[in-house]
Amino acid sequence: MSYGIRLHVWGRHALFTRPELKVERTTYDVMPPSAARGILEAIHWKPAIRWVIDRIHVLEPIRFQSIRRNEVGHKAPAGTIKRAMNRGDLGGLQLLVDEDRQQRASTVLVNPAYVIEAHFELTARADASDNEGKHLDIFNRRAARGQCFHQPCLGTREFAASFALIEPGTPLPSPQGPSWGALCRSGAANATPAPTRAPEAETADLGFGSPRDLGYMLWDIDHAVPGRPSMLFRAALRDGMVEVPQPGSPEVKR
Amino acid sequence: MTTLSRRHDFVLVFDVTNGNPNGDPDAGNLPRLDPETSHGLVSDVSLKRKIRNYVELARAGEAGHHIYVQEGAILNEKHRQAYLDVRPDDAKARKDAKLNPKDDAEAQALRNFMCRNFFDVRTFGAVMSTGINCGQVKGPVQMTFASSVEPILPVEVSITRMAATNEAEQKKRAEGAEDGDTRTDNRTMGRKHIVPYGLYVAHGFISAKFAERTGFSEADLDLLFEALTNMFEHDRSAARGEMTTRRLIAFRHENALGNAPAHKLFDRVRIGRNVDGEFRELDDRGLGNLAPARKFSDYIVQINREGLPEGVEILDLV
Repeated sequence: MSYGIRLHVWGRHALFTRPELKVERTTYDVMPPSAARGILEAIHWKPAIRWVIDRIHVLEPIRFQSIRRNEVGHKAPAGTIKRAMNRGDLGGLQLLVDEDRQQRASTVLVNPAYVIEAHFELTARADASDNEGKHLDIFNRRAARGQCFHQPCLGTREFAASFALIEPGTPLPSPQGPSWGALCRSGAANATPAPTRAPEAETADLGFGSPRDLGYMLWDIDHAVPGRPSMLFRAALRDGMVEVPQPGSPEVKR
Repeated sequence: MTTLSRRHDFVLVFDVTNGNPNGDPDAGNLPRLDPETSHGLVSDVSLKRKIRNYVELARAGEAGHHIYVQEGAILNEKHRQAYLDVRPDDAKARKDAKLNPKDDAEAQALRNFMCRNFFDVRTFGAVMSTGINCGQVKGPVQMTFASSVEPILPVEVSITRMAATNEAEQKKRAEGAEDGDTRTDNRTMGRKHIVPYGLYVAHGFISAKFAERTGFSEADLDLLFEALTNMFEHDRSAARGEMTTRRLIAFRHENALGNAPAHKLFDRVRIGRNVDGEFRELDDRGLGNLAPARKFSDYIVQINREGLPEGVEILDLV
């Protein structure tokens, strides 16, 4: 747990699709751990490490907007591609959007901003050259310089995420101690730009005063199992923060 | 064909005059608006559609520059023939589970084939139902929503047509008309929504690491920038009015992973109002009595070149 990182991410919109509302996509109120993991992997990942999300801090009030777009109804059928390969001719490999159009609405988040707290574990694929310090340094160096494998996104790729590293060594908000908002106002969280939460955003909506139950939320998808089942957990906002259960804990339901 | 080895981030600045840049299907084709701020929006998919259409026009039929997600008419007669040949068993192919690739190697071969032949798959990626691991191609180019720099005011314009669609409609109109003027008998009314003027900014990202995977090359990058520059020139229509790419500013990083945070580079492009040749911030309270912007010269686009991070180069393409 001493290998924790903290990353400030923000953007104009976000769409963390609820698995049960996928046709007309509706976002979760808060970034789920799987999306946070994807953001970290966009900055640094190797098969030797596995990111584990510990906490997600919500810095902005939760607001929604609806966007309706024309989308293509089908995916590229592999069979058609294979036939074209064998025939050596591209005929019939196009997808006509006008004939295969679906208009779908998405309910997206407006001006989301989060602080992701995470650490990583070494996997079975780590060898002698992999040690935690190395990967931690690589991540911190990249995130501080704004380097990334590809620009991370807030749920879907059209909603790009800006990110800034919160330097190691800054104090952690703790359930008993000051919240992120209080830490930032005292100037302790020294990322550029500093993640801030205005006092007026510390509302019941973000679980200040009493915890706000977010219901069951996607924890992550188990890619190792055939059929790739979803794993869920009971998410709650407490003082602007979602505590994420560790892998293998009983809170993670299949 | 050298694969792209440097990360790029770009800012696309375009404007619309008396047109509708992107209709909102939820609002009866009104120009898209951010309901909270009244800033106009243009969706990412709308911009990608225009890039595809431009490449289809400019590189029609060239090997490796086919477009997978096509719009409307197929210009190539041979393709049409192939369609007629292939269409009947297309539906079967979608249902038949046995057509899925046997293993990862085959899925990879399918993906490579698609990337090699289709510019849009290589650039934006595609989802292929290979039945294995989603078979997704993530493209190197990531586009975001464009939004206008200032609130826009959509204007509704009523228009008339001197003809009726069918006899039933003609009869209905005739009942209302008393002066027996056949010209007015058949008249129908319609509506157009326009934005008198709007200046929009979109951000884009090009990942060199994903370019390696899909084979997106330096030549493809040049074609993408060419498309971003000229795409509105070939997208004229009654609805669009006049749309023009005004500025295209790309930040080229020395390093494949980048040399600076994208948001800091984007902050270097500042847009303000032009008040007698002087740059004024858009949220300057002193602009309150100024007439609304109606042309590109009402704005000033500044690029801050001071203290550029090591290894970042600004390409001022338009």
